[in-house]
Amino acid sequence: MIAHTIFFYIFSIIAIISAIMVTASKNTVHSVFFLILDFISISCLFIMIGAEFLGMIMLIVYVGAVAVLFLFVVMMLNVAQQKNQWFISKSSSNHIPIGLVISALIFFELIIVIGGWKYKPDLVQKENLYSSSEITNTHSLGQVLYTDYIHIFQISGMILLIAMIGAIVLTFRQREGVKTQSYIKQISRERSEGVEVLNNVAFRKGVKIDE
Amino acid sequence: MEYLSLIFQEVYKILFLLVPVLVSVAMIVWLDRRVWAFVQKRQGPNVVGPFGLLQSLADALKYIFKEIIIPASSNKIIFILAPIITMTLALIAWAVIPFGENQVLANINVGILYIFAVSSLGVYGIIMGGWASNSKYPFLGSIRSAAQMVSYEVSIGIIIINVLLCVGSLNLNDIVKAQQNMWFIIPLFPMFVIFFISALAETNRPPFDLPEAEAELVAGYQTEYSGMMYAMFWLGEYANILLMCALGSILFLGGWLSPIELYPFNLIPGAVWLIFKILFLFILFALVKAIVPRYRYDQLMRLGWKIFLPMSLTYVILTASYLFYFNLLPTI
Repeated sequence: MIAHTIFFYIFSIIAIISAIMVTASKNTVHSVFFLILDFISISCLFIMIGAEFLGMIMLIVYVGAVAVLFLFVVMMLNVAQQKNQWFISKSSSNHIPIGLVISALIFFELIIVIGGWKYKPDLVQKENLYSSSEITNTHSLGQVLYTDYIHIFQISGMILLIAMIGAIVLTFRQREGVKTQSYIKQISRERSEGVEVLNNVAFRKGVKIDE
Repeated sequence: MEYLSLIFQEVYKILFLLVPVLVSVAMIVWLDRRVWAFVQKRQGPNVVGPFGLLQSLADALKYIFKEIIIPASSNKIIFILAPIITMTLALIAWAVIPFGENQVLANINVGILYIFAVSSLGVYGIIMGGWASNSKYPFLGSIRSAAQMVSYEVSIGIIIINVLLCVGSLNLNDIVKAQQNMWFIIPLFPMFVIFFISALAETNRPPFDLPEAEAELVAGYQTEYSGMMYAMFWLGEYANILLMCALGSILFLGGWLSPIELYPFNLIPGAVWLIFKILFLFILFALVKAIVPRYRYDQLMRLGWKIFLPMSLTYVILTASYLFYFNLLPTI
């Protein structure tokens, strides 16, 4: 158990420090890298409590896909220009009250959940958690997800699909005057269309120069 | 004291796995260049050592003694971290590859997810290298590569779901054992083809080597790297290719199972069969590199999203309905 405790503290310290560094570092790309480190150490913590499926999926989805897109967006920003602009310019300062309200809300939510869990242990329902050692945790997750919670699972999938379609519709625009290649046209070209055999071409005149 | 001996045991095991992998990476580079040369009617590296076998060693020695140049305007920490991350990620995935019934370093329940997660982390080495170089060509190369790897991971994930439907477990050993009667390449042949092509794209191999297309981007994300740091990128790349070959042979070619369950074949240990299968897939990789011209970027994206993704999704539905209809779905 000693090793377990040591690893737990190592991973949690890394997680907390990198979470602080996400907000504290001046370079936005660095904060995304710290966010990734945070994700990785939290998935290590998941694996340590035996939720190996959740930990791996967290690595694949958040680190492998979501954070890559984050990085894409952040790398495109001009970091040097934006430095310290946030608190100085007047146009962006009206975001601060809204941000404060939201962060206060999140803070109170956390207090309610953690405090309630501390003083009233049956606040979180535990009856549906299968934790037998014979069934792996992927199987037990599947058994809950595809039976008791199938409707919620399906609805969340539909919401994600609709969000994706919405994002595509919002950003998609047909531009005029762009030259594109049609694969079907390229593949279905015949020899008779592409090559023309000419006889009796006049010396030093060329063929179809004006076209 | 007990912990210490445990740690030594594990370190011994890890060394026993990693040293052969690194040596075979060096050998595989030689094999790659030889196959490439033979397709083009050249000799390839044949001077250093017997048949030129020591060529990679000589190259590595050259890289070690070269000066490491770090660009002045680069982000130094991330610039140095990038090749280290690439190589580490390419090597840690080998922990779950089974070379035999019990010959595996870590027999974890979610082995296939672990490999998938590690290979999806591989993109960070490239992004970090490209961004930290603070130069245009590496940045363009790394962005290309990230988009490419993220797109092809989707189809690889769905192909893995296909196999998992037939197995009913995420453990790599169980996946191999499920192929005792029939290798999955027979019922899932279209998926094997798509997996092979996606693996080419995932490891930035030709014809999908757009991130390092020398005609357009000099050398992509590797442009600013030199000496040992470049060699680490290069080692990581080849270790990743070997890993993809190993994954392909475990998912579709029966892993360490022998092709025929008869007397003389039974005696050969499973690890040898696995190595033969990996080599077979790698020679295919090398042949593709020599034969096929490079894709254009829009063709690459179209192939990934508009052809492979719908095809593999359709095949998931087909496999699931077939298994459900004939009552073949695996039970726990």
